[in-house]
Formats: sequence, structure tokens, C-alpha cells
Amino acid sequence: MTVPEEAPPIALSLSGITKRFGALTANEAVDLDLRRGEIVALLGENGAGKTTLMNILFGHYVADEGEVRVAGPDGTLVPLEPGSPHAALEAGIGMVHQHFTLAENLTAFENIVLGTAPLLSARLASRAAREKLQELMRRSGLVVDLDARISRLSVGEKQRVEILKALYRDARVLVLDEPTAVLTPLESETLFETLKALAAQGLAIVFISHKLAEVLAASDRIAVLRLGRKVADLPAADCDRQKLAELMVGHEVTMSRREPQAAGEVLLALSAVTCGEGRDTVSDIGFALRAGEILGIAGVSGNGQAMLARLLSGLERQTSGDIRLAGREIRAHDAADMIRAGVARIPEDRHRDGVVGAMSVAENLVIEEIRSSRYQRFGFLDFRAIADRAVEAIASYDIRCPGGSAVARLLSGGNIQKIVLARTLDASPSVVLAAQPSRGLDIGATGDVHRRLLEARGRGAGVILISEDLDELFALSDRIAVIHRGRLSPPRPAEELDRAAVGLMMAGQHTEDAAA
Amino acid sequence: MIRFEPREHVSPLRRVAAPVVAAIAALAVASLAIAAAGAPVLEAYGLMAKGAFGSAFAMSELLARATPLIFTGLAAAVAFRAKLWNIGGEGQLYAGALAAVAVGTGALALPGPLLIPTVILAGALAGGLLMLIPALLKVRLGADEVVTTLLLNFVVILFVQMMLEGPMKDPMGMGWPQSEPMLDEAMLPKLMDRMRVHAGLILALVAALGVHILLKRTVWGFETRAVGENPEAARHAGIPVTATFLRVALLSGGLAGLAGVGEVAGLKGYLTADLSPGFGYAGIVVAMLAGLSPVGVVVAALFIAGVFVGADSMSRAIGVSNYLADLVVATSLICVLVSGLFVRFKVRIVRPGTGRGTA
Repeated sequence: MTVPEEAPPIALSLSGITKRFGALTANEAVDLDLRRGEIVALLGENGAGKTTLMNILFGHYVADEGEVRVAGPDGTLVPLEPGSPHAALEAGIGMVHQHFTLAENLTAFENIVLGTAPLLSARLASRAAREKLQELMRRSGLVVDLDARISRLSVGEKQRVEILKALYRDARVLVLDEPTAVLTPLESETLFETLKALAAQGLAIVFISHKLAEVLAASDRIAVLRLGRKVADLPAADCDRQKLAELMVGHEVTMSRREPQAAGEVLLALSAVTCGEGRDTVSDIGFALRAGEILGIAGVSGNGQAMLARLLSGLERQTSGDIRLAGREIRAHDAADMIRAGVARIPEDRHRDGVVGAMSVAENLVIEEIRSSRYQRFGFLDFRAIADRAVEAIASYDIRCPGGSAVARLLSGGNIQKIVLARTLDASPSVVLAAQPSRGLDIGATGDVHRRLLEARGRGAGVILISEDLDELFALSDRIAVIHRGRLSPPRPAEELDRAAVGLMMAGQHTEDAAA
Repeated sequence: MIRFEPREHVSPLRRVAAPVVAAIAALAVASLAIAAAGAPVLEAYGLMAKGAFGSAFAMSELLARATPLIFTGLAAAVAFRAKLWNIGGEGQLYAGALAAVAVGTGALALPGPLLIPTVILAGALAGGLLMLIPALLKVRLGADEVVTTLLLNFVVILFVQMMLEGPMKDPMGMGWPQSEPMLDEAMLPKLMDRMRVHAGLILALVAALGVHILLKRTVWGFETRAVGENPEAARHAGIPVTATFLRVALLSGGLAGLAGVGEVAGLKGYLTADLSPGFGYAGIVVAMLAGLSPVGVVVAALFIAGVFVGADSMSRAIGVSNYLADLVVATSLICVLVSGLFVRFKVRIVRPGTGRGTA
């Protein structure tokens, strides 16, 4: 899209924003202008300062230097009072957080109106509010059942409620933090269509993302942040993936490639496995994982893949069906048994399940094997062996930390993931279970994860890759199966599938029936 | 407006200074109460210090009072490390004392060198097994151990009263609800002539060292810390979380039980239902003041014991109620909790209007 001859008026202007947290500079002299009717993507790796910048805009943080100015109703730019979300709301800035801020036990309508009217007169104002909302829904195309309880809505619907909430407060600037993180590919497309329609009506929109494809597809302009500085501000039309990736990381990027390789014998076989109740279940799942292959399991979060991962991690026992590891039936549900059986488990939530944040890097590296004779004698810890192991793992996995005795919590997500990789993959496992292994990681760390998984495959391990990132699945997987509402489609060679088909299956439309 | 911002790095100095400042703050708050009672504040604290440290007798009293507090402090510290909230130290203390008395009043005919260890073991086992009940309820049924351990205290104390009025009542006790006296061979030796401080203190110090080594240097302690800090990650890493909770429960209850053993076998010689003036609860304050460090528990126990002993002596001298000690203990818990906030967060005062912060 080209900039029109006469650019529309500026709706929001950030100038010279600097924010420091102790020694860390999260934002350094960032300028960003946003015009009416424009969609700007704020692109950057984790820790680049995207969310900090938006939190300053919305008054959650106060910038050390710099100023935010917002166009008033008459179009003149007035400074926004820092550190006051209330002032931001008054000035017409609406923010949709990554983690929704909705009251689950109230209806959509109540959530939207909550806080806009005094409690006592809420009932009186309700008719007018309802009319205003109906009009908003008609204009924006964001349709939700206003009387449904939030807890009953899907993630996509909750997001629509969040956006309506912002529009209801007469937002002229809409900020969305990683809006597609929880959406299906289909829902993401719908979202961006809606955003385009809203922009056409004059709304100024900023969305934060680290996904190159959607940034290119959905925005008019792309601002790239790296290490807190704005390194580029370009029309989307002038960008391509390679260029953006390099702007984000600051150096050339090479993607791991999967070399063709024949799969070996069956390592892990599930047949008719059922487990769990409620939303996160697996029902009647079956597949066979072979040596030297990566089996991708695609699916939108909340469709049972978390339960599948817990099952294979030894945290849960199936209610029926059987799981065989190298031909031997697994009955116990004990993580220690799975570790002994040679299953490396990379958990989805690495902060919750992957590391003990308050313990040191070294302790987290040995935690799975703490009872082995390598690290203890008569129950007393062998500190020398533990420290040696840390030095070795920190070097070979390039874990960026002050040393083995550093507290794991202080490390970045990518480095925490490297601890998990070093701990699990160095034991030469026969089966690797990687649940959302690159979620939330930057390009560099994602590349490391992918390289390690491909190495494990090259060594003859069978890898299960649970992911919702189609790029990742197609780049790494030999075969792909889709999980939807707890049911798993038969795995098919990745070459026979395309992104559109997998995207549809993730949304529950079984095109493979037609194709098969 | 006041803002709290998390600190990225907490210096060890700040960690050590916080409880010291908290203790001083507690004494400062208590001075308001002294002043309100119409007594001279400085003189009162002078008398307190003298009562706690001023003589060999005072020191003996201080150490005798610190002994049970070290045990109950360790019991709380070890449990809290695993995030097992054992509020039942008081009940476990009584269970330990009851078992010690049951064994030590002649139920077992053992020679002295065997009898004392048996008494100690029985007390520890009774406290440990008592704590195992809420721990099992927690891991099997998800029952909140704060509630169950707290309520068990009353159950146990009522049970002790029942035993003292019934089967264990001393026939020679002139009708008082108290147990038969312990055999002389079952009593812990005194450390000094005509002083009340007894060998339980040595046992408490050894226990503190033992717990320190256990937590810092063993696989067992490693697993306890992992489970306490992040049970999900511990389970995922194959650590037996349930077994760890149960082991911690046994140890914690056992330590509290030893506090009871020391009180009956070291000091009183028989059991009454008012054996403990709340040592089990004060142990929680001791553990919090100590930052859950076993070595810190010894220091904190000496402080709290000093407050109790000193307040007793002061109240005799100038007539300020010795409830003052309870006030200091309670305030110091509040102060240490608040100081924990200052250790973890930076406070920034934000002037309204500009929104700019000043540190």
C-alpha cells in the first residue's frame, strides 16, 4: 500500500521514548507516529521492547524520557499524562492485552460496560449501551452474543469482546499485543479483515507481533524494534521476510533444513488412547513414531495436545488404550520412569514445568538425574560433578548466563529453553517429545531449538513436535497429524499436505476425508 | 501515589538486614505500648536486656527458653521450605511431650543410656506421625494443611487434657491434672548446676546443623527445595513430589515433637496441659525472622526467647504486663512480612499530576 498524496492526520505520536529497568534499557529514544486509518505492525524479538513501549503508551509504565501525544477530538496533538491508564482511556487509546482482562463470570455485555457507568445507574444506562453496541457490531463486523458468559466463549470470541470493549469507550487508537498468539490461522485471518475494516473507518491501529507472515499480510507500515531501538520504519510493501528477519536479529539468518532420511523401526506406538475429561482431553488417539523421523502434531491450543504431552511426559495415565515404548507397554504414570525409558520431554510451559526458577542453572541442568550416581554419593550431592556438568552444558548449548550458580529465573526464555534442551537431549534419548518448543522464543533461539531437534532426528531418535506454528511444522516434520477436540487425524507425509489444508483441519474441517 | 516495582536482583545484605530491621521496628512499636502503660521506655528496655542477658541465671533462662523455640522454629522452617504450611507445631510439641512422658515414666524398663534415646525417639516419632495426618490429607485429598494442622492443635491439647485427667493422671498429684513424674534416668542432664538450661539445647543445636546440612548438601534437600519452589517442574523432572511432602512432614513434626521432649524431659519432669506458652506458634515467627534458614533459626530463637525472658523480668521490676512479650513477637512477625515486601520490591513515590517517579 502506498502512502496517499495527502497523508491523513496524525492520531498518536511517541517521541524520544526511553525506559530503563535498572541496567537494562528497554526502550531507547523511540519515535513512532501513527496516522488515522493506518495499521502499523510493531515487530521485534522477545525483549526488543515492544510490549514495554505499548505499556508506556497505555500508562502502565512511565517513560524516563520522551513524550506521548494524542490527537484530541479537534485533531490537535496534546501531551498524554504519563502513568495513568485512565488518562489513556480518556484520550481514546484502547488496548487489547495478550492475556485477556475479562471477568469470566460476567456476560460479554457486562464486561464491555463494566467501568464505564457508575454502578447505580448501570441498569438505567443499559438500553442506551445496548443500542450503541449493536451499532458498533454492525459497523465493525465484530459479532458476539452479548448475553453469553465469558467463560463460555471461545478465545476468538473473547478477543472480539476485548476489541468491542475498546471501541465502546470510543477508542481512536487501538493497540493489540500479540493478537494472534492464541488464534487459529482462520481466526487470525478474520481478525485482520476486521482490523482492516476498522482502519478504513478511521481507526488507527498498532499491533505487536513477531510473526513475519502476518506482519507482511496485515499491516500498512512496519516498525522494527531491536534491543529497544527502532531500527526500521518501512511501508509493508517494501519488505519481505528475509529482510524483516535480518532487521529483527541484526544479522543474516539461515534457517535449518531437513534432509531426507529414511525412518527406522517403530519406537513409540499409541493405540486407542483416551485420557482426561472436559476441554483438554485426548480420545481414541493412535499413531506410531519411527526412529529418525519428526512427527508434527498441529493444533490450536486447548484441543488436547497439552494432555497428550502430559501423558507422554509421565504426568498422567490413560483411562484406556495402550502406549508402547520400543514394544514394551507403559503402565505407570511417573515422570522418572519416562526419563529412564529414554524419553526426553520438552514441556510447553517452560517456566512452570521446565525449570525451578528459584534454583540455579546448574541445579536445573541436573534435576532429572539428581539421584544418579553421577551427581550424588550416599545421598550427599557431588557439587564438583554438578558444577562441571553446568560448565560443559553452558558451553555446548551456549546458555547465556553469568554462570552455573546464577538463578534460572533471571534468564531469558530462550536461555531457559536451552537449559531444558541440554538436560533432556544430552542423555541421547530415543524419543523426544517437544511441546510448543519455540513458543515465545526469538528467531535465534528458535533456530537453536530446530537445529537440536533435527540433530536428534539425525541421530535416529523419534521426535514428536507439538506446535501450532505452521511454518515450524512444515519446516521440520516428516509427517503431520492434526489434533482437534481431542481427536488426532492419521499422520500424513508433509509433502502431501499444504498449509491451507492443515489450517482448515486445525479449525475442525476434515478435508482429509475428501483428499484421502 | 506509591508504586511497588519488583527488584531484579536482591542483595544478600538486604536479605540479612531485613529481619534485623524488623526486630528493631517491633521493639519500637512495642515502646508505644510501654509508654501508654506509663512506664519509662528506655528503663523498661534496659530492664528487659538485663533480664535476658544480665547474669548467668538470666543467660540460663534465655537458653532454656530458646531451646524449644529452636526446635519449633526448625519445624516451621523445614516445612515452609517445601511450602508445606505446618501451623501445627504446638500440637506436635504436645504429642512429643505426651510420648516422652508415656515412655519415660516407667512404661519401659530400660537402663539410663538406652532410656534417654528412646524417650527422644518416641517424642520425635509422635510429632512426626501427627504431622503425617494433615500431610496425607493434603496429598491425597487436597485438604488445606493450614486449616488441618491448626485445628489439630486443639484436638491434641484436648486429648492431652483427657489423658491427664484420666489414664495418665498422677495418683500422687493431689488431684492436679498432671502426669506422673519422669524417671530420673529418663531426664535429660542439666548443663550447669542449679540452672535450668539442659542438654536439650545441645540437641537443638545439633538439629539445626543437621537440618542445615540436609537442606544444603543432600539429594533429599535438593528435592525438598525443588518441590517447595516449583512442584510442577519438580514432578515433571521425575522428583517424587508426594514422597517429598511426606518426608518433610515427618521431619517437621518430629522436630516440633522434640521441643515437647525437651520441655518435659529437660525442664518440668512431668506433663501438664499448660506445658507450652505457645512455643509452636512462636516457632513460626522464629522461622520467618530467620528467613527459613536453619542457622538463622538459632539466632531468631535467641531473640524471641530474650524478649520473653526479658519481659518477664521487666514486668516484675516495673509492673508492665509481660503480655508485652507477645506484642513484640506478634509485631515482629508483621514487621518481617512487611520487610519481605521491601526486600523484593522497590518503593517509588509518584507525585500526582506529573506521574514522574522519584526513588
